[in-house]
Amino acid sequence: MKPKKHFFDRETVLAPLLVLPAGLYIVLFVGFPFVMSFVYSISNVTVGNPNFKIVGLQNFTAILADPVFRTSLFNTVIFTVVSVLLVLVFAHILAELLLRDFRGKWLVRFLIMLPWTAPIALGAVGFLWFLDSVFSPIDWLLRDVGLLGKPGALLGPASNLYWLGRPVLAMASIILVHVWRLLPLGTVILISGMNSIPKEIVEAAQMDGAGYFRRLFDINLPLLFPVIGVTILFATFFTFTDMTVVWVLTRGGPPPNATQVLASLAFLTGIEGGDLAQGAAIAIFFFPVLAGLAIIVLRLVKKAIVT
Amino acid sequence: MAFVQLRGIKKQFGAVNAVDGVDLEIKDGEFLVLLGPSGSGKTTLMRLCAGLEKPTAGELVIDGEVVNDVPPRERGIAMVFQSYALYPHKTVFKNIAFPLTVEGLDKSEIRYKVELAAGLLGIGRLLERMPSQISGGEKQRVAIARALVRKPKVLLMDEPLSNLDAKVRHTARVELKKFQQEIGVTTIYVTHDQAEAMGLGDRIAVMSEGRVRQIGIPEDIYHDPADTFVAGFIGNPPMNFVEQNGVIVGFRPEVFLPAELASTEDQTKFRFKVTRVENLGSFKLAYGTIGETGVIANLQLRVPLEEGREYDFSVRSKDVRYYHRETGVRITK
Repeated sequence: MKPKKHFFDRETVLAPLLVLPAGLYIVLFVGFPFVMSFVYSISNVTVGNPNFKIVGLQNFTAILADPVFRTSLFNTVIFTVVSVLLVLVFAHILAELLLRDFRGKWLVRFLIMLPWTAPIALGAVGFLWFLDSVFSPIDWLLRDVGLLGKPGALLGPASNLYWLGRPVLAMASIILVHVWRLLPLGTVILISGMNSIPKEIVEAAQMDGAGYFRRLFDINLPLLFPVIGVTILFATFFTFTDMTVVWVLTRGGPPPNATQVLASLAFLTGIEGGDLAQGAAIAIFFFPVLAGLAIIVLRLVKKAIVT
Repeated sequence: MAFVQLRGIKKQFGAVNAVDGVDLEIKDGEFLVLLGPSGSGKTTLMRLCAGLEKPTAGELVIDGEVVNDVPPRERGIAMVFQSYALYPHKTVFKNIAFPLTVEGLDKSEIRYKVELAAGLLGIGRLLERMPSQISGGEKQRVAIARALVRKPKVLLMDEPLSNLDAKVRHTARVELKKFQQEIGVTTIYVTHDQAEAMGLGDRIAVMSEGRVRQIGIPEDIYHDPADTFVAGFIGNPPMNFVEQNGVIVGFRPEVFLPAELASTEDQTKFRFKVTRVENLGSFKLAYGTIGETGVIANLQLRVPLEEGREYDFSVRSKDVRYYHRETGVRITK
């Protein structure tokens, strides 16, 4: 007797059914907004004006000519490159630390992972107080040890550093908070990568006479390359497109645009300013940059894995 | 080349005594095999020699110098790992060259030495390949070449044949022995495979529970096991044990013969009840009992035996070994 085949046993039914939820999610929440913003970016649509006309590349030429856009682009690149580098270095150090056994390791691990579990806006509000122009506890500490607030002090005679009020310090503050935020993710990715390097290979290098730095640069880092590539990719995406930290801490200030980044500028133009078309044009600008980066990194990673 | 001495070596991991007081002396150019079941401490002992672990107590001496606190790279020791541990991102050439690169030799010297070692092991044509592009047997040779290229005083090998398939393993074993004899490097070789140990070792140290139970040439280990552990671990099938008059009587399955086939020498007689006969091609195994105790006889095919019947069997008295009933240690009688 031929075994009876259930409706759901048929591959032509089950396979599409299983893929459907993911497909729907991508179409509705990724594809649709993407297409919408693309259409907006070549239109003249604004919040107040319901008439809709395709205007071609006009919005793009406008934003490219806008000095605020160029400042924001420059800031975004600085913000991203510095943050990603810092995340890589610190995540590597933390991963090395967490791979060793020591007393109270669970507590350290818990504390390191904490920023990832807290809502980003909440964490940023906490830092807002940390970096307050008058009540900053960091400034208290600096004043207490005599580095600040006295004539001839290393950091100047003023009573406060005004973290978010000076252009360079404001950018540094934003990078600091963002690195604090991304560090857990980078650490977890790197730990998994380091765990996947066979212990025998590291020991073989030891037997072959390689010291710590030789092992790091000649054995560990090359073997970690695929994982580091993925970390760079994630960190870049999260930084390039992030506006929460900037928005909570500085709103793009201090004036005029010392910490304005593309994401906050798009929000400011499109939502606050009501010019949906230009906001969309700014946001669309992410796409070729990030897609290009993704292609390059993934290709390098693939090459490293094959060989 | 060098000699190695272990004096009262102990290693504890937490409450576990992985190595529990080992004294060993490995002669210059000797091939010593550490043989034991898993968990016997043989790999730990080798890692202690390598310097990958630090002994809890005792002294490790290489060429007359105590090296307890000398890091691995300064001990002049090379090691071949079970998984070969080739660097997957480096070519075969760079793998073999790595110890020399670390030493900072100049390029032409490195090339000369790598090509020499590769030629010796017959892998000269593989130098530009990546480890993922060569076979298991070739990987093993690359690992050995990498270990030898620095001319180590002592070569350590941790089950280097266990990742090869059965056919290749046999040839690799023969070649390994020939090779070691040619270059005459002092070698410590860890394995749980007794055939490997018998075939390769100048001497074998049998380990169990962190101690060396017996050390000697393969013939002695096989024919004169020092205690019931060694006797039961070596040989396939292992030695038969029968308790008689308060001592354990031990004899190998292949010396346990039907009484009518036995020579006229002094014989020890047994009544053997056969329960099952297994024909294994060139010989057969007869499973059965003496009294209540299960024993095995290894017989030639032409010996007629029926399952379920009882026979008179005997062992030449000089092939019988006696062991203490409680301690299992060999006694003379």
